[in-house]
Amino acid sequence: MAECHPVGFQWVVEARARGARVFHVDPRYTRTSALADRHLPIRAGADIVLLGALINHVLVNELDFREYVLAYTNAATIVSADFRDTEDLDGLFSGFDAGSRKYDPSSWAYEGVDEEPAAGLRGEQLEGGAHHAEVAGADQYGSGGAREQASPPTDPTLRHPRCVYQILRRHFARYTPELVEQVCGVSKADFAELAGAITENSGREHTTAWVYAVGWTQHTVGAQYIRTASILQLLLGNMGRPGGGILALRGHASIQGSTDIPTLFNILPGYLPMPNAHEHQNLDDYLKGAGAETGFWGRKRSYMVSLLKAWWGEHATADNDFCFGHLPRLTGDHGHYSTVMAQIDGTVKGYFVVGENPAIGSSGGKAQRFGLANLDWLVVRDLTLVETATFWKNGPELATGEMRTEDIATEVFFLPAATHAEKEGTFTNTQRLLQWRHKALDPPEDCRSELWFYHHLGKRIRARLSDDEIDRPLRELAWDYPEEGERAEPSASAVLREINGTGPDGRTLSAYTELKPDGSTRCGCWIYCGVYADEVNQAARRKPDSEQSWVAPEWGWAWPANRRTLYNRASADPEGRPWSERKAYVWWDAEKGEWTGHDVPDFELTKPPDYLPPEGAVAEDALAGTDPFIMQADGKGWLFAPAGLADGPLPTHYEPQESPVPNLLYGQRANPARRLYDRPESPYNPPESPRFPYVLTTYRLTEHHTAGAMSRPLSYLAELQPALFCEVSPELAGLVGLVNGGWATIVTTRTAIEARVLVTERVRPLRVQGHTVHQVGLPYHWGWDGGGLVTGDSTNDLLPIVLDPNVYIQEGKAVTCDLRPGRRPTGPALLELIREYRDG
Amino acid sequence: MAERMGFFTDTSICIGCKACEVACKEWNDVPDDGFVFRATSYDNTGSLGADTWRHVAFIERPSEESGDGLDGWLMSSDVCKHCTHAACLDVCPTGALFHTEFETVVVQADVCNGCGYCVPACPYGVIARRERDGRAFKCTMCYDRQLGGLEPACAKACPTDSIQFGPLDELRARADERVATLHEQGRTDARLYGASPDDGVGGDGAFFLLLDEPEVYGLPPDPVVTTRDLPQMWRWAAGAALSLTGVVALSFLGFSDRGRGR
Repeated sequence: MAECHPVGFQWVVEARARGARVFHVDPRYTRTSALADRHLPIRAGADIVLLGALINHVLVNELDFREYVLAYTNAATIVSADFRDTEDLDGLFSGFDAGSRKYDPSSWAYEGVDEEPAAGLRGEQLEGGAHHAEVAGADQYGSGGAREQASPPTDPTLRHPRCVYQILRRHFARYTPELVEQVCGVSKADFAELAGAITENSGREHTTAWVYAVGWTQHTVGAQYIRTASILQLLLGNMGRPGGGILALRGHASIQGSTDIPTLFNILPGYLPMPNAHEHQNLDDYLKGAGAETGFWGRKRSYMVSLLKAWWGEHATADNDFCFGHLPRLTGDHGHYSTVMAQIDGTVKGYFVVGENPAIGSSGGKAQRFGLANLDWLVVRDLTLVETATFWKNGPELATGEMRTEDIATEVFFLPAATHAEKEGTFTNTQRLLQWRHKALDPPEDCRSELWFYHHLGKRIRARLSDDEIDRPLRELAWDYPEEGERAEPSASAVLREINGTGPDGRTLSAYTELKPDGSTRCGCWIYCGVYADEVNQAARRKPDSEQSWVAPEWGWAWPANRRTLYNRASADPEGRPWSERKAYVWWDAEKGEWTGHDVPDFELTKPPDYLPPEGAVAEDALAGTDPFIMQADGKGWLFAPAGLADGPLPTHYEPQESPVPNLLYGQRANPARRLYDRPESPYNPPESPRFPYVLTTYRLTEHHTAGAMSRPLSYLAELQPALFCEVSPELAGLVGLVNGGWATIVTTRTAIEARVLVTERVRPLRVQGHTVHQVGLPYHWGWDGGGLVTGDSTNDLLPIVLDPNVYIQEGKAVTCDLRPGRRPTGPALLELIREYRDG
Repeated sequence: MAERMGFFTDTSICIGCKACEVACKEWNDVPDDGFVFRATSYDNTGSLGADTWRHVAFIERPSEESGDGLDGWLMSSDVCKHCTHAACLDVCPTGALFHTEFETVVVQADVCNGCGYCVPACPYGVIARRERDGRAFKCTMCYDRQLGGLEPACAKACPTDSIQFGPLDELRARADERVATLHEQGRTDARLYGASPDDGVGGDGAFFLLLDEPEVYGLPPDPVVTTRDLPQMWRWAAGAALSLTGVVALSFLGFSDRGRGR
């Protein structure tokens, strides 16, 4: 965190000054470790064992926050008799289809779900079967909320063998401190200290927070890493309470914002799923599959219709399904890596690359560049001429003879972009806090903001439309943003206002609960509704902390409804009283008959704690006064996820795709549902291969920004870390013959790169399953060009293309490699070296 | 004269982000210091100099217990100490170096003639001449920002408040409290460096909280203003000159006596 989010880390420093203990779990000792109370070096790719053992420690010693667990989680819920655990099936859950390598999740459901699946489960089941093997139903998980019943059968004594609590106990029983030592390389003493600290610091009086970034997500089990932490935090009562939670450190600036108003292929604004070409012919079909009917997703029709009204204005009417037919449709997985493969195969012909540098920043750089070289046209918008725009004239494949410039027909359009200081708009940070930024100066010359680019691109396209039916969606699009200044910059405030939404009177709405399913309201992103309440840009508020409460509700604006902590109903006990005075946050005021507290209550204001839903209730009315997790169909925190994940209802330890050791727990070595692209452009290192004996992990440095386009051209940053280096322990340096300050060549089946050597005690060999495992650390900020004052080989060229099946994130944090002293061969000799490794 | 202003750099909360180095260069328009991979932990700017006015040192301290492994990664942002008794200023023949109203030490680039006398005079090795320019440069404690009522760029940019700027008396009191707190927490290695007015330079305007011996951070353990002995030396010199004059006079006398005697 100190490495990649140094500004946010000031609050960790502040917390420590107030007595917080900080543990840092990381393969390397980093700048974060330097300021932590304890650093636990871990083998990259083994965290589910560590977290699972913490869960087991809590369960075996009954250290869970029982009152919280019983009231607010699905611990007591009884699961279908058809469910089989990985403990029963040697590493597989029930429902796995080996042919399609996908799960049918129906056996994971709560007891009482009909044999014939309910309408909502149908989409997921279809996805599990061979019928729609290529249709990426998993793309829609997590958006719209997974379906379940609002009131499944339960056993509050937690003794029923099929209740979630007992399933958890059996599932994690083998995740012991001994296993942690064997798999993670973390000693029993270190584990005991960590387990003691987090359990002692949880409960009524205390809360513990987990903070993670891509070190947890970039794995073939990435989503399940977060699930493991979720289970632990729910058991300890650390969700929905001040000082608790699982905090995702998003990428820089506004990565949170770019999922809320998504740059992802599979969701619409506000996590509404993208419609599917084969399943969703009309709005009703779409809404049936778009999440739960109970909880706040039960209002999805209001969210969707208001979105369609925002986009197509007066053209969207009840008679024409609110222009639902105008929306583009998915035909399958259109994720980043599938798109690259489609480029290589020649089915994707054009490509917009905006503020990214996939030729350097994405896994498997060679595959990326082969894709780029096979396009008809490529648009790159960036601050500098990044490698993605210049691969055709100076990419590494030219040196090896794999490509020739004269053979590359891709027409590249490079459009210079404005920086963050040269345009206005909002950043949404990891707390879902929107902060408005003002423009400091105009962008130079032809540089323009993204808003300008898309606004004027839209205008130019619309000026060329025909009367043909195929152009109707664009013809009818509401595209009337006011322009300002000589350059006709569209008003960012007007866009934010459209996102907020307006009511029948044309004035801005105050909350998403005001959205209507009848077309009388417009809203560009339902979770952002309220950011422009009272016609005021609430994101631009900057009241100093000294002039308001410690929650600081008048600094910026947080979605949804300016809530600073989600699910904060859980900060009070079932009767609505704070769990403790020390941790009081929101509570029920019986006299006034409403919820109150330091934050905006994440609950219906006047729903009393003793409210019980009537039979047949829908949306939020189906949840009881003690159900804090209001976006879930049953209002409970899910220890066990009966639906919503592509690779199992519980997290299970699998080895990474490339790993030096076997899976000590199961015959099933790696995540069975992981997404593989076994192609010549992206081969895999064989598991447990003596040719690739070392674990490689990648990361960023404080001094640079991702693929380097924003830091390598700046002398003040480039001088601070001027060269790609690999971090190795003195032991490994001795073993391989590396010299501090010298050169090393790092090899995988994809390619070999060279890096300067940094020998450091901060990387330590670990004992894993009786073997010494050496880890190699590589930052990835360098490339061959990019306007850089400093250049170097691209680390991501080494990485395989193998993905988590839920969100299609690449496994960039735990792969295997070989290490050689000296610089790499150049030209065709480099290919010869790789061939030796592949065939040898 | 305004209040004496200073820096208190608390290295116990430095995260080595180098924002101070970058902010300093941005504000003061200091050129880059070359692109050299030094293979010395995460330090690639090396030391303070004409083109680096804030410098973050990274010290990977080996574990004494086991003989291998690590006993902490020390990070410390070094800067000109703005000595009470500043030797660089004493030796400057043009008056380019002067004490500001904030009792900081600043070089006036338009007065500096590049003689370089200040360079060996500095007991910390801070000030240096820019090669392609010839003149001497170092931290000004952002004199221009201070005149405008702003804190120096490095302190402003520091995310953890490892670099604190303010009236020196207040900073010294705060630093004493911080050391006491750390000692209470069992971190008895915490100590102040350059805070005492009784040290060899009369106390630093920029002082530090360190977690190890100063030498570990590359700081002199007992800095002394290099011009300390100058008055004495002048006295000696004057005495010597007088004596010499006497001897010469006597010798003449003696010579004439002897001559007379012949």
